[in-house]
Amino acid sequence: MNAMPWTSFDTWIAVTGMLCAVSCAIPGSFLVLRKMSMMGDAISHAVLPGLALAFFATGARDSLPMFVGAAVVGILTALFTQWISKFGQVDRGAAMGIVFTTLFAIGLILIVRAADYVDLDPGCVLYGAIELTPLDMVVLGPFELPRAAIVNGTVLLMNLGIVVLLFKELRLSSFDPALADTLGFSPGFLHYLLMTMVAVTTVAAFESVGSIIVIAMLIVPAATALLITRRLVPVLVIASVVGCASAWLGHYMAIRIPPLFGISDTNSSGMMAFASGLLFTLAWIFAPLEGLLARFFGGRGKAIRPPATTNP
Amino acid sequence: MFETITDILFLKDHNTRVVVISVMLLGVSSGIIGAFLLLRKRSLMGDVLSHATLPGIGLAFALMVAMGGTGKSLPGLLLGAAVSGAAGLLLMLAIRSTTRLRDDVAMGFVLSVFFGLGVAVLGMVQKIPGANAAGLESFIYGKTASMVFQDAALIGGVALVVSVVAVLFKKEFTLICFDDGYATSQGWPVVLLDIAMLALVTIVTVIGLQAVGLILIIAFLIIPAAAARFWTHRLDYMLLLAALIGALSGWLGASFSGIFSDLPAGAIIVLVAAAIFIISMFFGTARGVVPRLRDQARLKRRIGRQHLLRAAYEILEQQPGPLANVPVDRASLFAHRSWSPREFRRFLAHARAEDHLETATPDAIRLSESGFGEAARMTRNHRLWELYLIRHADVAPSHVDRDADMVEHILGADLVRQLEDELGDIGNHLPESPHAVQPAAL
Repeated sequence: MNAMPWTSFDTWIAVTGMLCAVSCAIPGSFLVLRKMSMMGDAISHAVLPGLALAFFATGARDSLPMFVGAAVVGILTALFTQWISKFGQVDRGAAMGIVFTTLFAIGLILIVRAADYVDLDPGCVLYGAIELTPLDMVVLGPFELPRAAIVNGTVLLMNLGIVVLLFKELRLSSFDPALADTLGFSPGFLHYLLMTMVAVTTVAAFESVGSIIVIAMLIVPAATALLITRRLVPVLVIASVVGCASAWLGHYMAIRIPPLFGISDTNSSGMMAFASGLLFTLAWIFAPLEGLLARFFGGRGKAIRPPATTNP
Repeated sequence: MFETITDILFLKDHNTRVVVISVMLLGVSSGIIGAFLLLRKRSLMGDVLSHATLPGIGLAFALMVAMGGTGKSLPGLLLGAAVSGAAGLLLMLAIRSTTRLRDDVAMGFVLSVFFGLGVAVLGMVQKIPGANAAGLESFIYGKTASMVFQDAALIGGVALVVSVVAVLFKKEFTLICFDDGYATSQGWPVVLLDIAMLALVTIVTVIGLQAVGLILIIAFLIIPAAAARFWTHRLDYMLLLAALIGALSGWLGASFSGIFSDLPAGAIIVLVAAAIFIISMFFGTARGVVPRLRDQARLKRRIGRQHLLRAAYEILEQQPGPLANVPVDRASLFAHRSWSPREFRRFLAHARAEDHLETATPDAIRLSESGFGEAARMTRNHRLWELYLIRHADVAPSHVDRDADMVEHILGADLVRQLEDELGDIGNHLPESPHAVQPAAL
């Protein structure tokens, strides 16, 4: 089967993916620095009861109440995790796992109850469809844009705004919470702000484009950037670039690789996540200071070797 | 109704018995292996592995279709899942050992990238002409209620083997959980042991995923172990308890879902386990919240009472003439230390409840026999520590009061004897204060 040509549809899908990737990569960098990388995954499972309750409350599948319900439960996930790990002195990963499995179980039971009334499939929560975004266009002034691009663009602007405004505080509380506390920047407040950011970003993104891409873009671009540099601003910039590149490359692979096997195309979100993994692997091998090659060829030894200036 | 409930709880019905027993065995094995994961701070490994199996399932299906089958053979899919789970865990360990990224990042990376790849592969597999991949995704949702005898026997057998292997490797796993640096320096093959531990997790996950579903197996690997941790500080008991809690939630949950048959069994088992976790978190005897708060409150009360007694003793010392247990003015006692009126009243009440003092006149208190002894002992401990700091730690006399304030309450008889020996010239006396004892600023 011949590959289909790249159309404006594909451009919109890739652009929406890029907006989503960058809006995730920014809070994701802070999550990775705070050893909370799995938060996106936890929230994406945990929001199920929020969706179910929003449905019970309104009796319809409108996206706004669903969004609010999911975002509230997302924030609660972060709160419960924090409480269990603080008061119960449980490892944070375990606390996260306890919270999201329990919430997901509650959600499943609620949905089975709701299933008597409406088809609310858990599968459609996990797999949003970025391929369908260009079918849902909204007119905005002189332009016609996909609704998902507007949603993710708005979230991106919000995240950028928060990070720019509170950059100093976020940086300090990520690297030295004790000092931040002494200086009067409440790490608690910043923590919950960050968690709110992650919850809203996650929910907005997977309502519009699916959760797989969100989970990946919260972690992988930031991890890639951390292989290349250890400074916060470059980490944020590189993570955003990696996020964009993975979105574009992912969609490209989603419509170019399957034809090699005689299949028309495949899931773009999945491929975007996979593409970010490929970019991570490149950085893992070729990173200038800590890459496998640099390590193998004595990159680490260079610093302690005396300068070879005395030789004629 | 009651008859049905007891029938189900006590496994009268053959079908229920098969399901419940295999779920219980799964609970036992994941409780044990989960305890090691918790101590290694990798509780979310079940989550990671269950997502990482997805590309393997898709590829195994595609391969089996290419070889001319329907692709829906259970052993083939399980093998694919296990292989891709194993690839995920090796990748995670490789990232962990060759970069500075930490466990949580490596785990999140494997989870999201493998899951993405899996979704992409499934997206392709479903479009293979002539193959029917419908329902392949439901492979990851599980179907506890419709489990047949063969499934149950397989799960039970595998769970049993995993439990036995985990117990046999207890010493090695304990070592890498608590101090992998030491294990490395002693020549233990830490990476191999890590792989062995995670291989057991992979087996439990793959088997459990198919049998009881994604969410339950993730929960089974975390919740029983985390709940058990609240009841004990000893690893042996923790393993035993985690296994018991796993089995108990499996038994109760599977039985309940027999009663409320329209609800998903996996979800109910998770909720039972979560309820056990919450009870453990609050009331667990070793690390539970309530016992801990109670101990802290008790310590705070004792410290307050002992400070009150020492303050009274120091006031008595300042009286002219030989030391005698005369009534102490409440106002001067209050002024002797900086405490709030409420604290002061509370400490007075505690001391009175302990029979350490009594009301002499409305404005004054008098130490009891035992209270006087305790006050003298506290004051002596305080001064011994002060002298020790001055002589052996070169702390200025004006700075030792506050340090001794903390330490006086926890000096045991042994330590006091050591201090006496160390200081030499004290004997059984109560030394004078090395600094001026004066009321806190008024």
